[in-house]
Amino acid sequence: MTAPPDDCLARNEWICGEYLSTRREILLDAVLQHLELTALSVLVALAVALPLAVLARRRRWAAGPVLAVTTILYTIPSLAMFSLLLPVYGLSASLVVAGLVLYSLTLLVRNILAGLRAVPEEIRQAARGMGYGPVRLLLTVELPLAVPAAMAGLRIATVSAVSLLTVGAIVGFGGLGNLIYSGMNTYFKAQVLTASVLCVLIAVAADLLLLGAQRLMTPWTRAARG
Amino acid sequence: MTTLTAAWDWLTDPAHWPGENGITHRLVQHLVLTAVCLVVSCLIALPVALVLGHLGRGGALAVNLSNIGRAVPTFAVLVLLLLTPVGRWGEGPTVVALVLFAVPPLLTNAYVGMREVDRGVVQAARGMGMTGRQMLFRVELPLALPLVMNGVRIAAVQLVATATIAALAGGGGLGRIITAGFNLASTPQVVAGAVLVAALALVVEGLFELAERLSPRWARGAA
Repeated sequence: MTAPPDDCLARNEWICGEYLSTRREILLDAVLQHLELTALSVLVALAVALPLAVLARRRRWAAGPVLAVTTILYTIPSLAMFSLLLPVYGLSASLVVAGLVLYSLTLLVRNILAGLRAVPEEIRQAARGMGYGPVRLLLTVELPLAVPAAMAGLRIATVSAVSLLTVGAIVGFGGLGNLIYSGMNTYFKAQVLTASVLCVLIAVAADLLLLGAQRLMTPWTRAARG
Repeated sequence: MTTLTAAWDWLTDPAHWPGENGITHRLVQHLVLTAVCLVVSCLIALPVALVLGHLGRGGALAVNLSNIGRAVPTFAVLVLLLLTPVGRWGEGPTVVALVLFAVPPLLTNAYVGMREVDRGVVQAARGMGMTGRQMLFRVELPLALPLVMNGVRIAAVQLVATATIAALAGGGGLGRIITAGFNLASTPQVVAGAVLVAALALVVEGLFELAERLSPRWARGAA
């Protein structure tokens, strides 16, 4: 009979290099699922939020209902959201994505709308005077000027989505949350800590990436800030 | 639609209300947990934010704290605490995780509220010979109250919502109805639990709205 190996895995330590090297594949898969589901949710949310915000800006009657509905959606807890969507999507990745999309909508719609509303009336008048139609005005004047506010919302939505996705572990599609959940049931300290740290790292990296993208997209704001 | 009917039947079934796993017990657990966490978070966050706001120090920390807090998944914090010695204190890990979750937004909102007070008013108070303490309690705090209360309201609603996650780690509260539903593969029970939590979150939001409407005019701020 061979004695059990006396490494950090056997001793169930919090920080364990052995864990990183032996479970590399599992970790990589979880990180990829995490990135994939978060990116998909945020992109879909953005695709839905943009027209809603433009509608709320252009048609005065639409602003109230759009904001009210998205605010109510934001109040619904993530676990409850996943559960409410269960009859529609079943136990699938779409369930988690749909939940996160509904959750991100509030932040995105509010911020894009605030950005559009902050465009000075003189600028819109000037563009109209130069013969810009409503579509060209929106695409080349209003939307670019709304980018800083919209990006602020996008950053908050992305960071929240990265963190909330862990709750998706309840249906088996939680990315790193799956590892945290199974680590909790087996008292596997190294797994829980590693997955949690990776999750925070993803959130911080995504935030910095979006900040960089915003700088590149809006060169004119840098001069003003000095 | 059949699922919604089934969920409604589950909710209205009198057998599901009493007992250890009954709706009544879980609802009380949820409310107690949320209230305790809200009070503890306010006791930690508000004094710090008010003093920092009054002194005008530590602004970068107070503002960035809520961004950092958002990046840390409450679920991960909860599980991490569960595996430490704190895990043996029953509801300890849940309370600590939820307090850590609620403190950053409370701190940021209260700090911002304090700094948004018109500097001219503060200068005038100083000119009238008010001491620092008098300025804090008689001038800055009353003027900052609407924003501070808005932060408390956001924290309360978020706590009601997030307390659900406690169930994933074996804690009490309404989330248990949802997790039990998942374990039984009973979609009606899952949906019923979700409806209960969502309704509770909306009720809390409504109560704060009502309190704001009923409060004296000076406490309502811009309105």
